[in-house]
Amino acid sequence: MTTLTLAKALNEGLRRSMEDDPKVLVMGEDVGKLGGVFRVTDGLQKDFGEDRVIDTPLAESGIIGTAIGLALRGYRPVCEIQFDGFVFPAADQIITQLAKMPLRSLGTLKLPVVVRIPCGGGIGAVEHHSESPEAYFTHTAGLRVVACSNPADAYTMIQDAVRCDDPIIFFEPKRRYWDKADVDLAAPGLPLDRARTVRQGRDVTLVAYGPMVKTCVEAAAAAEEDGRSVEVVDLRSLNPLDVDVLTESVTRTGRCVVVHEAPVYTGFGAEIAARVTERCFYSLEAPVLRVGGFSTPYPPSRLEDHYLPDLDRVLDAVDRSFAY
Amino acid sequence: MTADAPRGVDAPPELVQLLTPEGERVEHPDYDIELTAEEVRSLYRDLVLVRRIDLEAVALQRQGELGIWASLLGQEAAQIGSGRALTDADMAFPTYREHGVAWCRDVDPVKLLGLFRGVSNGGWDPAEHNFHLYTIVIGSQTLHAVGYAMGVQRDGAEAATIVYFGDGATSQGDVNESFIWASVFNAPVVFFCQNNQWAISEPLEKQSKIPLYKRASGFGFPGIRVDGNDVFACLAVTRRALQNAREGQGPTLIEAFTYRMGAHTTSDDPTRYRLADELEAWKLKDPIERVKAYLFKNQLADQEFFEKIDAEADALGKDVRSRCLALPDPPPGAIFDHVYAGAHALLDEEREQYLTYLAGFER
Repeated sequence: MTTLTLAKALNEGLRRSMEDDPKVLVMGEDVGKLGGVFRVTDGLQKDFGEDRVIDTPLAESGIIGTAIGLALRGYRPVCEIQFDGFVFPAADQIITQLAKMPLRSLGTLKLPVVVRIPCGGGIGAVEHHSESPEAYFTHTAGLRVVACSNPADAYTMIQDAVRCDDPIIFFEPKRRYWDKADVDLAAPGLPLDRARTVRQGRDVTLVAYGPMVKTCVEAAAAAEEDGRSVEVVDLRSLNPLDVDVLTESVTRTGRCVVVHEAPVYTGFGAEIAARVTERCFYSLEAPVLRVGGFSTPYPPSRLEDHYLPDLDRVLDAVDRSFAY
Repeated sequence: MTADAPRGVDAPPELVQLLTPEGERVEHPDYDIELTAEEVRSLYRDLVLVRRIDLEAVALQRQGELGIWASLLGQEAAQIGSGRALTDADMAFPTYREHGVAWCRDVDPVKLLGLFRGVSNGGWDPAEHNFHLYTIVIGSQTLHAVGYAMGVQRDGAEAATIVYFGDGATSQGDVNESFIWASVFNAPVVFFCQNNQWAISEPLEKQSKIPLYKRASGFGFPGIRVDGNDVFACLAVTRRALQNAREGQGPTLIEAFTYRMGAHTTSDDPTRYRLADELEAWKLKDPIERVKAYLFKNQLADQEFFEKIDAEADALGKDVRSRCLALPDPPPGAIFDHVYAGAHALLDEEREQYLTYLAGFER
């Protein structure tokens, strides 16, 4: 066991991927000498050289577009988008090219490109640095979308993502970058498309991913003191979705609350609510409830604590679920 | 250019030209080329055959057999000249109009038609032909080409990458980003811009205040303008640029000065935005007629040769037509195929549900 922050776990995972396969490249803004603004790529350029850890010009569409070309030549690029709010100049390349080219080729082309996006708020940042754009990408067929929530998953999920032959949007919870945990560097992880039940419970299922998993686990611990047994499911993969784990859990608990930072309205939680309702209709004691951001742009950071779901807002939703 | 002169008819002075519209061979101090009679006849054959494929495709669209077609009429020399400059190891990234380049890369024309008929969104294996899939979003492929060239660079391979785009595409951010990437990474790539004077209805002046080839200097690599209706010049200039790329001298922007003699696509109506006399003036610069005149004048081909090529073209047109009409619609389940390389639970579920639903109609 090694104690690692989430950022360092990603770094170790990337390092392992680059050691295992000479075709793996890291590219993005400031990923070289600086090691990325969150230091996720720290030291990689020094050890693997400028041809494999590429400081790119400052243009996100260029990063993804050239990564596609490199993948067409047999490379496996891992692209860093510096912040969630800066992915949109690359949205065209991701949505119209990266996601669709394998189908266009009738399967002759594979695009093993990983797009790493630090996401979410809670770090007191200026505008465009705290967003949760996952629903734009889960709505784009051809992409896989995953979100890690803890150091151990970060370590294995990034390696699995690099090995995957499909393009992957890889969300990293930036406010959890500095969270530490013990990581077994030799242990294989759960498959990339599987959800994990991170806390067992009997009365209600909390569904989360990325930064909100920790919030939900804390909420569950607090609820236990009130005599409520709360289960927490970390989705890990948003596309595809591990519906079976959700179904099993909610069928047992009869209640479900989905938590994410992104706005609730047409957010990813709506998909969870619909799927759970379809699968667990006769087991549900209450409608699936959602906790998330408001239908507003992300607020100035002095107000972000009101916008971001916290322990109390999650517990409030649990209370409302029990009120039915 | 004056307001009342037909567009592009007065050839700009900086144009590299080796064969005049009248079929006269001219010298150029930097870009000369030696071609055997056989090579010229072969280029002529290419030009005639791709025009015939294009004509057949337009006809098929008019008869309702293709959803749409983007004609290359008038741009044959730019595409055959540059396409024939490529070696097998070179890679080409097309727009959706590079039927002539596809021909040079041995892509079956029926596969191109299949895309416009709607049986697939691509249809050929890019690695088999070193000819990437058609890209419809304007300019996107320029970045793919530069990335690919960066891969070639990392492989230490001796190959160049060429990417095609039009005058309108030069306004796209992706194209400008690709120029930056190619420049700073010294990527072995050739940017081949067919300036056909029109981006659907918008003339070049809506895209640029300066000649397009001059854009390259701002990015730090050479740009050159070639007579896009002169297959000799296009071949010579592209060959040189590709060789420079292979030798590590970095990118080149080639502006092939040509003219879209047809509509943007079969859905377009150019009479709404351009004058007929412009087309008439450009017809005098036809890329095929000048090669024919050259062959004839220099007694490199006789009437029998031209008749033989025409007959071959007609047979090809017929063959393309019949095989296009025979293209089967894909089965409904094909919607779900190849979206992902690996298994995907959601798609598996949707496929099964839809096929079960469809099967319900057969009972």
